[in-house]
Amino acid sequence: MTTLLYAMLCLSAVVCVAATVVRAVGYARAPMHLRWELYPVPHEASDRAAHGGSYFEDSNWWTKPPHFNLRGELTAMFTEMLFLKALREFNLRLWWRSFPFHVGLYLLITTVALLLGTAVATVFVPAWMTGWLGRVVYQVCRATGVGGLVLAMVGAAGLVHRRLTDSDLRMYSTPGDIFNLVAFLVALGVVAAGYAFRPAGSPGALGIVIGLLTWDTTIRVPGLLAAGLLLSALLAAYVPFTHMSHFVGKYFTYHAVRWDDRVNRRGGTIERTLAEYLTYRPTWSAPHVTADGSRSWADIATTNPTKGTKR
Amino acid sequence: MSRKTRIDLSDMSRRDGEPIGHVDLQDLMPLPAPLDDPARERPWTPLNPQARARYECILDDTCAVSVPKPATKEEETELVRQFLSGLDKLFTRENNWTFLQPLLLSMEHCARCQTCADACHIYEASGRNEIYRPTYRSEIMRRLYFKCVKHGGMISAWQHGDVDVNWPMVARLIELAYRCNLCRRCAQTCPIGVDNGLIAHELRKLFSQEMGIAAKEIHDTGSMLQLKVGSSTGMSAEVVKDNIQFIDEETSERTGITVETPWDVEGAEVLLIHNAGEILAWPENPGAFALILNAAGISWTLSSELAGYDSINYGLWYDDAQFARVAIKHAEAAKKLKVGKIVLGECGHAHKALSVIADRVLTGELNIPRESSMTLLRDIVASGRLKLDPSRNDFPVTLHDPCNMVRLMGVVEPQREIIRAICPKFREMEPHGVDNYCCGGGSGFAIMSGHNFPDWRFHVSGRKKLEQVLNAFGDCLDPSIPKYLCAPCSNCKGQFRDMLAYYDLWEKNRILYGGLVELIVNAMSEVKPGFIEWEWH
Ligand code: SF4
Ligand code: SF4
Repeated sequence: MTTLLYAMLCLSAVVCVAATVVRAVGYARAPMHLRWELYPVPHEASDRAAHGGSYFEDSNWWTKPPHFNLRGELTAMFTEMLFLKALREFNLRLWWRSFPFHVGLYLLITTVALLLGTAVATVFVPAWMTGWLGRVVYQVCRATGVGGLVLAMVGAAGLVHRRLTDSDLRMYSTPGDIFNLVAFLVALGVVAAGYAFRPAGSPGALGIVIGLLTWDTTIRVPGLLAAGLLLSALLAAYVPFTHMSHFVGKYFTYHAVRWDDRVNRRGGTIERTLAEYLTYRPTWSAPHVTADGSRSWADIATTNPTKGTKR
Repeated sequence: MSRKTRIDLSDMSRRDGEPIGHVDLQDLMPLPAPLDDPARERPWTPLNPQARARYECILDDTCAVSVPKPATKEEETELVRQFLSGLDKLFTRENNWTFLQPLLLSMEHCARCQTCADACHIYEASGRNEIYRPTYRSEIMRRLYFKCVKHGGMISAWQHGDVDVNWPMVARLIELAYRCNLCRRCAQTCPIGVDNGLIAHELRKLFSQEMGIAAKEIHDTGSMLQLKVGSSTGMSAEVVKDNIQFIDEETSERTGITVETPWDVEGAEVLLIHNAGEILAWPENPGAFALILNAAGISWTLSSELAGYDSINYGLWYDDAQFARVAIKHAEAAKKLKVGKIVLGECGHAHKALSVIADRVLTGELNIPRESSMTLLRDIVASGRLKLDPSRNDFPVTLHDPCNMVRLMGVVEPQREIIRAICPKFREMEPHGVDNYCCGGGSGFAIMSGHNFPDWRFHVSGRKKLEQVLNAFGDCLDPSIPKYLCAPCSNCKGQFRDMLAYYDLWEKNRILYGGLVELIVNAMSEVKPGFIEWEWH
């Protein structure tokens, strides 16, 4: 039984990471698109970013050195990631539910990372973990774990409730959307219950992680906790296949679309990339496009459909 | 009585041949004074029965694209086949490298949280009519993507939702793609970065590039006419030169300063490209530009090359091929004259088209620097080269932010710096800058006036902006006080012209609209007073 649990935990982690990477690589490999930025762009000079301005506000802007306000971009990124700034600003009622849910998940991810780190340290440098450091880490893990479970469950319950009771949200929610939130609620609920009601003497979270790391199949994980861990692992593997993987998408929608104001300079890399795209042969069927599968974008763009086509 | 009923996504595929959406006047967002008076509410002309019989007008109370009804079942089937073939192409690298990445991201990550809905002026002004919700259109598209492009089965339908693919759905989707101003205000508020404006844009592309279906004002008499004769106004180079000569004479007479517009000057520093609509509808604008540039000693020229004298690029709204062709024509005109830079006149979409979007179309020698006239004018005003007397503009002025120039390009402050310097009674609309609302004429609507579409434009898409304008002038609505609504964009001016007239706001409340350069010339001490004539035009 323990072996099966370990195997499922490992397999789910692999699937989760692999599917996330495949998704991210897919977006990263998509062709560079035409510019489509949306202001404010936070890496603009801070005086301009404040009102949403761009370098186009300077005359002869192409003669000025390029400017990248890294601090502005990082601030915008982290306030969005950590505090869900846009949701707070534009949809406060949902933010009250979504924010605890996300913070809960961040705390749970932190807990898993801490447990893994602690387990590695316990196995390889046990002396570190026997003293005060071990006690501190234990308390931190407990706090992040319990806090994460509570917040994520409260948030998920709030989100399910809102999806079912708000007529706008209900109309656009698919069965899958409801299932996803309920799945979080159930998986985390079972973990919480399994942890809270585990029999005395049974392994705790760290014990299980150490057991997994050393593949110690003699450990007896209580049934309810094992079920919770299993459900959570399956959920983690499932998330990258759904729109809940927006943690990946969001990186690209912000960095590669909304904030992508890179200038195409003569002889630069953008121009070289475009040169390749202009050789693509589209097959659009409307006659005015004059695409027949053999003509390139360069041919099409230099064809005047009102003056006869250059075939 | 309001006939507002809850519309569902599945209604898109209804086969009853009836519109699925309806807006009653009493459903609309209320307007402030003086349009809070029901007596000043304009009735909505019903779509005429012939139009309903001939065209696929089955979305709502109006019709923008006028797709003829297919005569046979086979024709319907063929149209659906074409649609699905175009849908596939939207998601391939060869056909849509131009927008594939943002489109995929918008297809795959919507959390269906509806945060974007409150940002959309069309949705809000319509009284939150379901079909105008930003995600209504996007959700249909998303379901189509998972079902027909990704070939998802039952599990996919359970996860992403299902849609019935039939001709009525496609026909409604064509119209629905033209109920969005592409202002992208919704995208600005989306926590994930999903872009409903982009989805409408891509749908329009699919219909145009695969099925040859587009609003005739932006295709047949828009980009096609521009590529044929040089301008979507229909003006050839000879005609445009004649008109500009006439404008020079008029401006000279009005201002007391001789104005001459230079044509085709090789090696000029600036190639100015106007939206040619200005030349016909608002000649004082190109006249004022010429006067300012001459007075400031700028080396500049107009071009008489094909499309070189008309900055419009309607392809931006519906067709990548047409977009690229016109952008290249603009750059070729500049290259031929060996100018230092292209400066775009007061036209928002031309700003974004040539400066931003075309940045990844124009390569090599065609990659000629492009600049906004807002910055050039700001520099001229700030330099002190013109003697300006702000007291000549001693009337209330507010400023409209064209979406394409502001939210989508980041040119926010230069025009404000000018106005603050020369208009002592300037007041902002709320919200403004990158948070502005579209005038309601964006994405081609300002030039689209088939059937009763103007009623929709003024009651629905322009309503939020109208509210903003009335609020900005709320303290001075009395007709004894002339007021100036500054819109540095030809397209927005077209919308304001028609909308202010529709609600009689010039006659009854003396709200005039106009461009930015007119305010500058009006404040120039050397110019005869009264360049702004306070006449409706
Ligand atoms: S587009 Fe964005 S804001 Fe709108 S429903 Fe989707 S995720 Fe929410
Ligand atoms: S782009 Fe503008 S008009 Fe279109 S849905 Fe978004 S907010 Fe509404």
